[in-house]
Amino acid sequence: MLKRLFTAREAILFAAILVLLGLIATRFPAFVRPANLASVFNDTSPLILLAIGQMVVILTKCIDLSVAANLALTGMVVAMINVAAPGVPVAVILAVALGLGTLMGMINGLLVWKLTVPPIVVTLGTMTIYRGIIFLISDGKWVNSHEMSPAFKSFPRAEFLGLPVLSWIAVAAVILFYLVMTRTTLGRAFYAVGGNPHAAIYTGIDVGRTQFWAYTLSGALAGLTGYLWVSRYAVAYVDIAGGFELTVVAACVIGGVSIAGGIGSVIGALLGALFLGIINNALPVINVSPFWQMAISGAAIIVAIAANAQASRTKGRVILKRAEHAQ
Amino acid sequence: MSATSHHVPDRLQTPLARRLKSWETLLLAVAVAIFFANSLASPYFLNAWNLSDATFNFTEKAMIAFAMALLIIAGEIDLSVASIIALASTAMGAAVQAGVGTPGLVAIGLGVGLAAGAFNGLLVTRFSLPSIVVTIGTMSLFRGIAYIVLGDQVYKGYPAGFAFFGQGYVWWVISFELVLFALLAVIYGVLLHKTNFGRAVYAIGNNPTGALFSGIRVARVKFILFLLTGLMAGVAAICLTSRLGSTRPSIAMGWELEVVTMVVLGGVNILGGSGSIPGVVIAAFVMGLVTFGLGLLNVPGIVMSIVIGALLISVIALPRLWAMWRPL
Repeated sequence: MLKRLFTAREAILFAAILVLLGLIATRFPAFVRPANLASVFNDTSPLILLAIGQMVVILTKCIDLSVAANLALTGMVVAMINVAAPGVPVAVILAVALGLGTLMGMINGLLVWKLTVPPIVVTLGTMTIYRGIIFLISDGKWVNSHEMSPAFKSFPRAEFLGLPVLSWIAVAAVILFYLVMTRTTLGRAFYAVGGNPHAAIYTGIDVGRTQFWAYTLSGALAGLTGYLWVSRYAVAYVDIAGGFELTVVAACVIGGVSIAGGIGSVIGALLGALFLGIINNALPVINVSPFWQMAISGAAIIVAIAANAQASRTKGRVILKRAEHAQ
Repeated sequence: MSATSHHVPDRLQTPLARRLKSWETLLLAVAVAIFFANSLASPYFLNAWNLSDATFNFTEKAMIAFAMALLIIAGEIDLSVASIIALASTAMGAAVQAGVGTPGLVAIGLGVGLAAGAFNGLLVTRFSLPSIVVTIGTMSLFRGIAYIVLGDQVYKGYPAGFAFFGQGYVWWVISFELVLFALLAVIYGVLLHKTNFGRAVYAIGNNPTGALFSGIRVARVKFILFLLTGLMAGVAAICLTSRLGSTRPSIAMGWELEVVTMVVLGGVNILGGSGSIPGVVIAAFVMGLVTFGLGLLNVPGIVMSIVIGALLISVIALPRLWAMWRPL
């Protein structure tokens, strides 16, 4: 069971994370206290949510560069709804965020599926369009903490069994997507489309439609994260999460998701996001200037892809491994 | 959409007819339309100095876009170009503090660009890694180094002679940058369309394996393209640093996507194999004119990015929509 949960690549990354935590602990022992690790996890939760969605998209040989813009636009819309009508319950806000994010993901997906526009072009375009729309609806103004209702702001922070709701949502998303990717035909289709699109067509999988669903899921997660982000940081403006799409892709790459499609897992994306999250949180406490953060994550990406390339060179892509063993 | 729906012409179209239907012609028509719309919309548009100022919106980005066009035609991409600018500019800024003069600064700018391009090229060709992730990595790495060196500081105090590259005029309203842009357009146009090297670039983009079997040194050509892209980022770094007169680590943030947009808008297939330098030149003018024209009308920059984003998707989506809806 454990072996199936952690394939070799994820085990190496997990070991790397433990070594990283060990190194940090030698300089600042309090960092590895459970309470602090929980707060690091909570801090990394938005990245985890987005990385899972991005993982699914990359699996199908696509890329979603519009996630951060989707997040920012959804966040601005729900913040403005909250300012205009403070009485709207959080459940409705959550539904709006999920719905709007899903809609933006569907637009990406439709352009890729129906018009076969290259994914990088589609999401590069929608990235600037979604971000621009924030400016149009907000007039460039900020929605600040004091304008938001207490219920709107407190939702992601509410504690439940010792962890904030934000963390629980990330945990739930990891479990849900783990089940979808490993237990459903849709999950299998994501792998098949990325692993070998031609073979996927012959087995009756609609490649375009599968890519559409990948974008839809990524959009839904981005929308959800949009509300959580804006309420947690209690501010919404045009540039929130600017450039975050590349951090999300970086988390996937570090997590062993192959940009060529077909290889990757929810656990990998989770570990990749945690790796970056731990570095971001650890640098200030061990007295390394936060300005090192960018270079370190860049170096980590390069090391990760070099390592993954070595690993995939020896092994072929086997997506039906279990079926083989059964014979 | 069956095979029978394809219309097979009984003879080839005349060169003129083919040329009129080409992407470049369509783009040129768009550029002319924007030009006229702008001159009608604002009385300040048709002013030689204003138009000259407008060229700075695209000259530096277009210099990189030429090399990027070749790279994308060959089936690769470099997302680290803006970070190379930051790294090169930081290196020049540090050199200024050490008392290096203008020729030394230029050498450092070009050298850092070449070195960064070589690093990308080595990772992609020697270790056969996908360029999109390699350059997402080096994008963080290169700008990260600039942040480590500079933090929240600024490098200033560039020598007076250094200002010429970004602020100097060769003749009347013709800036040095515009001349350099035109010169590089010709050089890259000849390189791509008139040399064996250019032919090899197309061949690699269309079929890397086929290119290899026909005796093209695929890895070497790709390495040279990364080198050229790095070099152009170095050139752009010199021009931009000279124009701004200072270096911050956030310099040229987000330019990589604008450069890619310019290349794709210019008709280069993002999947490789086709595209032209004249197309990129016209795309540079289109983007510059849109930005400048809307700026004169006090339309904020972010709205222009909506226009550019919509343009980017629709230039690829519209021909496909047209093909889908055309009666059989």
